[in-house]
Amino acid sequence: MRDALFLAWSYLAHQRLKTTVLVASVALIAFLPAALQLLVRRGEERMGARAAATPLLVGRKGSPTELVLNALYFRSEVPATIPYGQLARVESSGRARAIPLHVRFHSQDAPIVGTSLDYFDLRGLRCAEGRFMTMLGQCVVGASVAEARGLAPGDHVVSNPEQVFDLAGSYPLRMQVSGVLAPSGTIDDRAVFVDVKTAWVIEGLAHGHDDVSKPEAAAQVLERKDGRIVANASVKEYQEITPANVEAFHFHGEPDTFPLTAIIAVPHDARASTLLRGEFLAPDEAQQVLEPTTVVDELLDTVFAVKRYIVAGVVIVGLGTLATMALVFGLSIQLRRREIETMRKIGGAKGRIAAVLALEILAVLALGVLVAGILLAATGWFADALVESAIR
Amino acid sequence: MTIRIRDLRFAYPGGGFSLAIDDLTIEGGETVALVGPSGCGKTTVLHLVAGIVTPSAGTIEVEDVALDTLDESARRAFRARRIGPVFQEFELLDYLSVLDNVLLPYRIAPGLALDAAVRERAAALAGDLGLGDKLARRPRRLSQGERQRVAIARALLPEPAVLLADEPTGNLDPTTSTTVLDLLLEHAARQGATLLTVTHDHGLLPRFERVLRMEDLVGEGRAA
Repeated sequence: MRDALFLAWSYLAHQRLKTTVLVASVALIAFLPAALQLLVRRGEERMGARAAATPLLVGRKGSPTELVLNALYFRSEVPATIPYGQLARVESSGRARAIPLHVRFHSQDAPIVGTSLDYFDLRGLRCAEGRFMTMLGQCVVGASVAEARGLAPGDHVVSNPEQVFDLAGSYPLRMQVSGVLAPSGTIDDRAVFVDVKTAWVIEGLAHGHDDVSKPEAAAQVLERKDGRIVANASVKEYQEITPANVEAFHFHGEPDTFPLTAIIAVPHDARASTLLRGEFLAPDEAQQVLEPTTVVDELLDTVFAVKRYIVAGVVIVGLGTLATMALVFGLSIQLRRREIETMRKIGGAKGRIAAVLALEILAVLALGVLVAGILLAATGWFADALVESAIR
Repeated sequence: MTIRIRDLRFAYPGGGFSLAIDDLTIEGGETVALVGPSGCGKTTVLHLVAGIVTPSAGTIEVEDVALDTLDESARRAFRARRIGPVFQEFELLDYLSVLDNVLLPYRIAPGLALDAAVRERAAALAGDLGLGDKLARRPRRLSQGERQRVAIARALLPEPAVLLADEPTGNLDPTTSTTVLDLLLEHAARQGATLLTVTHDHGLLPRFERVLRMEDLVGEGRAA
């Protein structure tokens, strides 16, 4: 057997290109369905676990999928917003704890999640370094964000401007890192968390600038009339909230109307959950209450259906590839008839000659499966990141 | 080793060619050239003696072994151990080195075990044939004469009783032909092997102890 293996391997090594193509073909048809299965299963686990840990979501009526993907996985598509007053509505019902979510802005590629400290409690997140935000303009960064950018408490991150050339749009806000979260193995590792009020500052609903009411600001004032001050463009607007200027920051408008992308509602019990959902069933109700597990299950059903089609396609392609390989080996044996005849003439045993040819095929199959295994292991290693990037 | 052929009749399946040899004896250690026009059955005689094809009638004995009493696998085993074939086209495997081509019978034939001693013997034999510094080369990087020497080394390594050479110098220039034949004769004599060579090169015939002409050898045989 060792000699047959040596001859088979010598032939395969000599025919490098042909061997590489065949091995790659086997590897692909073995790898694709297995990798797809792995990713779908991992995605199911991760999405299911996060959905299960989020009892109810309150959001604007519209696409449930968009709402769930934004609220749970911070997906880029921003759903229609609901007013902040809805938070008080949920809390005042006495049936659930309400956690605000404002997921619209980014710092580089990390989503900025405007929320409250209850969010960290709900997700079981804790700070590995520093502490949670205690002041407007502070942020807590996820473990992956901190690692990728080398951030530590006291460092700063900046929000992305939404539209660079829109002078009326939101300006980048420089935020101080108050803490770094311990790794959780979830999308939270890749996010930047701020208080929901800080998110509103980024949105332009609040701002801070020089105090033009002071006498020393006279040069900046164009007009003072009926307690209203009109200032010129030299008034400095703050791009960072610091202990020195935090008092200068103020909101314009009624806070109850400020936007949230969703509210996570944590009912006190099953009955409270049912009753809370009932409260949002009126025909003229602008909000909807969702069970994320239901939405995720529906989404996964679709994914499974698509997966079945893909696997069927891969199986058909795989059968075609195997048939082509059989043809290649068959033709190869035809082309090597003289070599096989030489082996016979010098006394080669029929079984050993057959073993050499069979081992060539087996070696190609084994190498293909080995390569597929390595690719699959690599896929498993990066599966969580792949799943998250697919969700986002 | 003696080769005896008696009342041999052979025809390829489907007809078109037949061969008949009533009586032929080649003594052990004899060097014999087999000549005749193309298509008269010279190569078929070698194949019959090697047991590669089987006669429809008659007997062929090599070393007192009647080949017709052996089944296919036994004939292959006998061939591997006792018959050393050399071909006009060398029949080397491109994907093996010179040394591994020489060792090929030991990798595929039953009854031949490859060990360190055989490897040493193969290297020494290749060295004897002027290939000592080319053991790791692939056949395509050798000259025609060198390739034929590799084929001769492969045939000689199992120390066969009979060397069957089918136009071993057919693809070689005159100088190389002489060298290759010298090697075959020298090693056949050294191993005491019987040498039966098919050749078209009449200039080489005086080097053989006996020359068999197919037209004299074949009784009722004929090329159709």
